[in-house]
Amino acid sequence: MAAILEFEKPIQELENKISELRSFSKEKGIDLSNEISILEKRAMEVRESIYGNLSSWQNVLIARHPERPNTHDYIEYLFTDFLEMHGDRLYGDDPAVVGGIGRFNGHAVTLIGHLKGKDTKENLVRNFGMAHPEGYRKAMRLMKQAEKFRRPVICFIDTPGAYPGIGAEERGQFEAIAKSILTMAKLKTPIITVVIGEGGSGGALAFGVGDRILMQEHAIYSVISPEGYASILWKDSSRAREAADVIRLTAQAILELGVADKIVPEPLGGAQRDPEAAAELLGQCLAETLDELVEIEPEKLVLLRHDKFRVIGALGAD
Amino acid sequence: MVLDVFRKQKSIAVQPELESREIPEGIWSKCGSCSEILLNKDLDKNLKVCLKCGFHFRLTAHERIKFTLDSKSFREMDADVLPVNPFKLTDYENKLTVARSKSSLNEAVVTGEGTIEGFPVVIAVMDAHFMMGSMGTVVGEKITRAVEAAVSGEKPLIIFAASGGARMQEGILSLMQLVKTVEAVARLGDAGQLYISVLTDPTTGGVSASFAALGDIIIAEPDALIGFAGQRVIEQTIRQKLPEGFQSAEFFKQRGFIDSIVPRSELKGTLARLLELHLQGVK
Repeated sequence: MAAILEFEKPIQELENKISELRSFSKEKGIDLSNEISILEKRAMEVRESIYGNLSSWQNVLIARHPERPNTHDYIEYLFTDFLEMHGDRLYGDDPAVVGGIGRFNGHAVTLIGHLKGKDTKENLVRNFGMAHPEGYRKAMRLMKQAEKFRRPVICFIDTPGAYPGIGAEERGQFEAIAKSILTMAKLKTPIITVVIGEGGSGGALAFGVGDRILMQEHAIYSVISPEGYASILWKDSSRAREAADVIRLTAQAILELGVADKIVPEPLGGAQRDPEAAAELLGQCLAETLDELVEIEPEKLVLLRHDKFRVIGALGAD
Repeated sequence: MVLDVFRKQKSIAVQPELESREIPEGIWSKCGSCSEILLNKDLDKNLKVCLKCGFHFRLTAHERIKFTLDSKSFREMDADVLPVNPFKLTDYENKLTVARSKSSLNEAVVTGEGTIEGFPVVIAVMDAHFMMGSMGTVVGEKITRAVEAAVSGEKPLIIFAASGGARMQEGILSLMQLVKTVEAVARLGDAGQLYISVLTDPTTGGVSASFAALGDIIIAEPDALIGFAGQRVIEQTIRQKLPEGFQSAEFFKQRGFIDSIVPRSELKGTLARLLELHLQGVK
């Protein structure tokens, strides 16, 4: 059972009532199927109304849900023969980034993604999905390897941001992110980027230069976290809810702004409610996108990728 | 991210009406490092470097152009590209208005062509006085167009970075400017042309993590703040004070990320020498 968010409580209450009625009916041998089906119908309506009208902030909470499927889950569901590759060959291996080779829908592909943990223990190992420079450098190594062997690259974005720490700065966080963007810009092989949870700033963008940018329905993507925006521009981090509206970070907003190409639907209530169904929906979308991209000449892909990003932005007259 | 907006300003132009009645307006400046009171006339003559301690004051884009290019050689490009307010934020509109009237610039970067000791260049100069040099769509666009002008005009490119990072008020659109500028620089590189990146105080966030990090040659001014994450964010994350000199130009040179730290007095000469060394098959 997924952890319940505050705004999901009405659904939770109805679900509890239904299961109470069920066990009562079973215990006493009384037929309550009519009452139960009324409540079930009501629960579905409430669910649709809540998830159909999520505020930006509620979306943020779903995107950060601790039980939301992560890169590791999607590898398990969608890839066969996956072999993880470690290390940047320069300094070390960053557990906040996973990368490797596997088979997806008949294609040998390189998969790279941020990896958040699902509990405190895992998160301490994975550093909450916040990469150090060696994570980005490992990713670049694997991207170039993919290009050499003409494998498409799939990137999963799921990070609050690049890690802001002393070692990360000392080892050139800025340079690693810039080079990762450059490497992707020039890579002569198809790249699909999917934001599967939280897409936080430059640390997310380092995997974000795709031929196609997909966003899961409840994923978010932003230049800064709502908390950061509120604390810097309003000097009040408690106004994060408000900031979530202002900075336009939902999948729908990112699509409308011309950054995302497609929204990948999630099961009602979010991917954490039914990870397997979420994986299936994601898999379908990835398969279609990949089939489309492998038909395009690698040189042409690089040109098209340039053209795609060249026009993003809001420009006045000149 | 524009976190370094909040870094303690090292230089303060003394505002007589607020701070002291004895110093006439616009005549003196106080060094942000050693607190020496300096005559503006002497300071300008010294390229805005403190005569006592060598502290490098932040420059406006036009001061930088004056100190770098041959006199009267600068021809500005794209001066009229104006920022829009994509999310219609009142705060942003106000900030832009204030920044424009204070700086007499339309945006946080000035781009154009000129010569350095006779060598033609395309130049882009960021100005930290305009919303901390933050990069929104227009800054990204002007820099991209400057890089494209360098490619089509077969000229070397010099970019002076001075920025707190991506401009938050344009959200994801600002973040995408990192890609746009890097894509442009990638094409310049493919064309085999020179790109010199000069990191000045401050070069952080989305600007350090994009085009500024990708020069064929990376030069920094002494003591410039450079880095990805803002210092307050790092301190809050690791819950300890940062060591003296953390994220300075010297810090990154020692760690292998900068080719050379060049004092302002030698910068024009150094750039001219590099441009001459890269003349290919000519002369």
